[in-house]
Amino acid sequence: MIDINESVMQFLLAFVVVGPLLGAVAALLPAPPGLKGKSPEQAVLRHGVTVTGAILIAAIVLALGFDHAHASKMQATTDISWIPALDVRIHLGIDGISLPLVVLTALLTFLCALYSYFKPPAGGSPKAFVALLLLLESGTLASFAVLDLLLFFLAFEMVLIPMYFLIARWGGEGRTRAAWKFILFTLLGSVVMLLGLLLIGIKAGTFDMVALATDNGRSLTASVQVIAVLAIGLGLAVKTPMWPLHSWLPDAHTAAPTVGSVLLAGVLLKMGTYGFVRILLPIAPHGFHTFAPYLAAFAVVGIIYGSLACLALAKRGAKGDLKRLIAYSSVGHMGFVLLGIATMTPTGVNGALFANIAHGLITGLLFFLVGALKDRTGTTDLDTLAEETGAALYGKAPRLGGLLAFGAVASLGLPGLAGFWGEMLALFGAFKPAADLSRPAYLTFMAIGAFGTLLTAAYMLIVVRRVCMGGVEQEVPALADVRGYEFAAWTPLVALTVVAGLWPRALLGLTDPAVHQLLAGGHR
Amino acid sequence: MSAQPLAESLVQSVDWLAVAPPTIAAAVGLVVLVADLFLPEARKPVLGWLSVAGLAVAALTLLPLLDGDHSTFCLNGAPRACSYTADHFTLVIQFLVLGGALLAALLSVTNLKDDERRVPPGEFWFLLLSSAAGAALLPASRDLATLIVALEVASLPAFALVGIRHGDKRSSEAALKFFLSSVTATAVSLMGISFVYASTGTLYLTQVAQRLTHVDGQLHTLAQAGVVLTLIGFAFKTAAVPFHFWVPDTYVGAPLPVAAYLSVVGKAVGFSGLILVTVVAFPSYADVWGPALAALAALTMTVGNVGALRQQATRAYSAVRLLAWSSVGQAGYLLVPIAAAGYAKDPQKAIGSTVAYALMYAAVNLGAFAVAALVGRNRALNRISDYRGLYATNPLTALLLAFFLLCLAGLPPGVIGLFAKVTVFSAAVDAGLGWLAVVMAVNVVIALFYYLQWTALLFRTPEGEPARHRAPAPLTAALALTGVLGVALSGAPQLVLRFAATGLF
Repeated sequence: MIDINESVMQFLLAFVVVGPLLGAVAALLPAPPGLKGKSPEQAVLRHGVTVTGAILIAAIVLALGFDHAHASKMQATTDISWIPALDVRIHLGIDGISLPLVVLTALLTFLCALYSYFKPPAGGSPKAFVALLLLLESGTLASFAVLDLLLFFLAFEMVLIPMYFLIARWGGEGRTRAAWKFILFTLLGSVVMLLGLLLIGIKAGTFDMVALATDNGRSLTASVQVIAVLAIGLGLAVKTPMWPLHSWLPDAHTAAPTVGSVLLAGVLLKMGTYGFVRILLPIAPHGFHTFAPYLAAFAVVGIIYGSLACLALAKRGAKGDLKRLIAYSSVGHMGFVLLGIATMTPTGVNGALFANIAHGLITGLLFFLVGALKDRTGTTDLDTLAEETGAALYGKAPRLGGLLAFGAVASLGLPGLAGFWGEMLALFGAFKPAADLSRPAYLTFMAIGAFGTLLTAAYMLIVVRRVCMGGVEQEVPALADVRGYEFAAWTPLVALTVVAGLWPRALLGLTDPAVHQLLAGGHR
Repeated sequence: MSAQPLAESLVQSVDWLAVAPPTIAAAVGLVVLVADLFLPEARKPVLGWLSVAGLAVAALTLLPLLDGDHSTFCLNGAPRACSYTADHFTLVIQFLVLGGALLAALLSVTNLKDDERRVPPGEFWFLLLSSAAGAALLPASRDLATLIVALEVASLPAFALVGIRHGDKRSSEAALKFFLSSVTATAVSLMGISFVYASTGTLYLTQVAQRLTHVDGQLHTLAQAGVVLTLIGFAFKTAAVPFHFWVPDTYVGAPLPVAAYLSVVGKAVGFSGLILVTVVAFPSYADVWGPALAALAALTMTVGNVGALRQQATRAYSAVRLLAWSSVGQAGYLLVPIAAAGYAKDPQKAIGSTVAYALMYAAVNLGAFAVAALVGRNRALNRISDYRGLYATNPLTALLLAFFLLCLAGLPPGVIGLFAKVTVFSAAVDAGLGWLAVVMAVNVVIALFYYLQWTALLFRTPEGEPARHRAPAPLTAALALTGVLGVALSGAPQLVLRFAATGLF
C-alpha cells in the first residue's frame, strides 16, 4: 500500500522476530533510572506493553509496506548463513500466508500485555511473567517468519518452555498436571517432526523452504515423502490439535491463566496448521496426497467430537467448565481448518487460512471474556454460574453479556462475522476436492462437517441462554460491567471480527495468490 | 656411510612439540608431587593453582599444532605407521580433556579448601594431573598397546581419586567397586587385543585395518571375537549399559569435582577409544560393531534416562545421582553417531557429530556440576529439593543452572543443546538407522521430564529459611567459564558443529 524501502522492510521483519527476545532479556534486568515507575512491578509490566506495542507497530508497518500486488512473492527477505555445518540459514521472509498470522500474533500479544498491565496475573512475579510472554511472542513470530526447516523447528520448540511456565506458575487448579501434559505431548510430537524434517533435508540436500517448495517434491522419492509426511504431520497434528491427539488441550486451557489461554488458542495452535500449509503441502505433495483423506476423516471426527463434548458440557448438571467448553470448541474449529487443508484445493486452503485467523480473533475474545467473568464471579463452572434460571448477565452486566453473546454467535459462524467464511470455504473445498482425491468420500466429510456447524450453533446458543439470560433477583448486587482497559483490549478483536466478516476480500486477497502458487509448486 | 641410516633407525627422533600436551600435564603432576614434600601446610593451596596453570599451559600448547599433521614414534619404512598422531581429531579431544580437567581442577580448589582435613592435596593434584595426562594421550595413540597404556594411565589414578577421602566408607566402597569392574573390563579388552594381534600380526591401527580385510579363513572367528572383546573395555569407560552399574555409587561416593571429572573426561576417554578402535582399526568389521553399538546406544540411553527419572527429589545426594544417571543417558546419545558410522558411507562425518555433541555436553555438564558444588557447600546432602527457590537467593546461578539443564535436555533457550541433538539425529537418519532415531526421540522426551522438573524447582518459592550461597573465586570462575561458553555456543553453534561437517582424521 505504501512504498517502503526493501532494506527497511528487512529490518522491520528482523526486529519483529528479535525485538521480543531482547525485550525478554531486558525485562529480567533492573529498570534503568527514569523508567522505574511507581513500583518495580508496574515498571516491568509497562515494559511489556511498550515492547509488544513497538512490535505491533512494526508488524502493522510491515503489513502496510507489503506489496499486495505480489502477495505470492516472499518479501522482506533476509538470508544469512548461520550454521554451515548443518546447512542452517537465517532465512526470513513473509508472503500472503504468513503476514496475517504475524499481525495477529503481534496484536494478540499486545492486547494480552495491555490487559496484564491493568490486571496483573496472580501467581509469580510480574518480571518473570513479562519475560516469558515476550519469549513466547518471539518464538511464535519466528515460526511464522522463518523459511528454514530447522529454524522452524527451533521456533516451534521455543514456545514450549515459556508456555509451560505460564501455565505452571500462573495457572489455576490442576495446573502442574496440565502444564506437564502440554509440554510432553507437544515435545513428543515435535521430536518426531524433527525426524521427518531431517529426512526431507538430508534426501533433498537443503533445508530451505523456498527452494524445497519450488522443487515441489521432485527430488524426494514417494516413500520418503510418505514417511516424512507421516512424521511431520504427527508433530503438527499434536500442536493443531487434531482428534485424537487433542487431549492435552482442554486441560491446558482450563488451567492456564487468561492471557495464556488467549495466546494458546489464538496463536500457538496456528503454528500447527501453518506448518501443514507451509511445509507439507508444497514440499511433499505426493506424501500429503496419500494421507489427505485420512486427515480429512480425522478432521471431521474432530468437528463432531468437539461439538458433542461441548454439548455435554453445556448441559445442566454436567458441571461443565466454560473454559474447557471453549477449548473443546477449538478442537472443532481446528477440525474445519484441517478439513480445508486436506482438500488440497485453493478454495479449501484459503478457507483454512481464513478460519485460522477468525478462530484466533474470536476464541481470543471468548477467553478474555470468560477470564473477566471468572474475575467477577470467581468461577467458570457453568452450573454454579447459571444456578437455576441462568446467570442473567444481560441484567447484571449488560455490556459484558452483550460481548459474550457476540463472541458466541461469531464462533458459531453467523454470516457477516469472521467465523462464517472460513468454515464455509472449507466445506466448499470438500465439495470439490483436488482432482485425484475420492470425491464421494469428501462429499461425506462435507455433509458431516455441515452437521457439525449445526451442533456448534446448538451448544453456543445454550451457553448464551444459560449465561446471559435468566431472571435477575432484586437483592443480588450487579456485577461490575466492562471496564475501560477491558474495552481497550477487546475492541480491536470485536472490530476485526466484524471487518473480516463483512470484507473477507481483505484477507482472501492476500492468501489466495500465495495459496495458488504453493499448490502449483513453490515460489517465484 | 652406512652409520647414519642405522643410527636413524635405532634412535627415533621425537617431535616434542607434538607430544607436549600430555607430557606437560604429566610433568606438572610430578612437580606437584615433589613440591608437596617441601611446602609447609599453610602454602599447600599453591599446589592447586600450580596444577590449574599446568593444565592451562598444556591446553595452550595445542595452538602450534593446529595444522594437524604432526606425528611421531613412527615405524620407518613403507607402509608408514605411527604410534602418536596429532591430527584434528586428537587436538579436539585433547582440548576437551584438558579443558574439562581444568574446570574440574577449578572446582577442586574450593572443594579441597572446604575438605582440608580429609583430602591430602599433594596426592590429589598428582592423581588428577596424571589421569588427565593419560586421557590426553589416548586420542593420539594409534597402536593398540599405547591405547591400552593410555587407558590405564587415565583410569588407575581415577580409582584412587574416587576413594581419596580419609575415613569415608562410602568413598572407599565406591572406589573398590569402580576398580574391580574396571579392571575386569580392561582384562577382557586385553584378551581381545591379543586375539586381534594373533590374527593380524600387528598392533598399529592402520595396519590392523588393512590386514583384517584378508585374515585367514581359519582365524576369522578369532578376529571377530577379538574385535568384540576389545570394544568392551572402552564401552565400560563410556559407562554404556550393561557396564554402567558403577556410575551412580561412584559419583556419589567420590568428591564432587571428581564426579564432574569422570562424567566428562572419563567419558571422553571411553568414546575416543571406541572411535579409534572402530573407525580406524576395524572398519572392515563394521557389520559386527555397527549393530552392536546401535543396540548398546539404545539400551544405554533408555536405562540411563529411566534411572534418572526414578530419582526422588528428597533422597540424599539425589542431585548428584540424577546427574550420574543422566550422564549414562547422554553417553547413549554419544554412541549413536559411532554406531551410525558403521552404516554410513562417510563415517568421518558421523564421528564429527559425536565430537560436537561431546564438546557441548562437556561445557554444560561441568557447568551443572559447578552449581551442584556451590549448593553442596551449604547443603551437604545435595538433594534436588535443596535447589528449591534458588532463584530467590542466587538469581544468576539459578538462571545458569536452568540454562545448563535445558541445554542437556535440548530445548531452547539451550540452542546449542538442541542443535547438538539435531546433528546426532541427522547422523542416525543419514545412516538409515530410523529405529534408533525414534528410540532417541522417545528418550529426549523422558529426559526432558526430569530436567524440566529440576528447572521448575529452581523458580519455586523457597521453603523455610533461604540460604544465600556465596561463591568463592574459583567456583565463580568455573561458572563464568562454562556459562560464557554455553551462551556463546548457543549464539554461534557453528563453532562446535563444524566438526560434524568435516573429516577429523
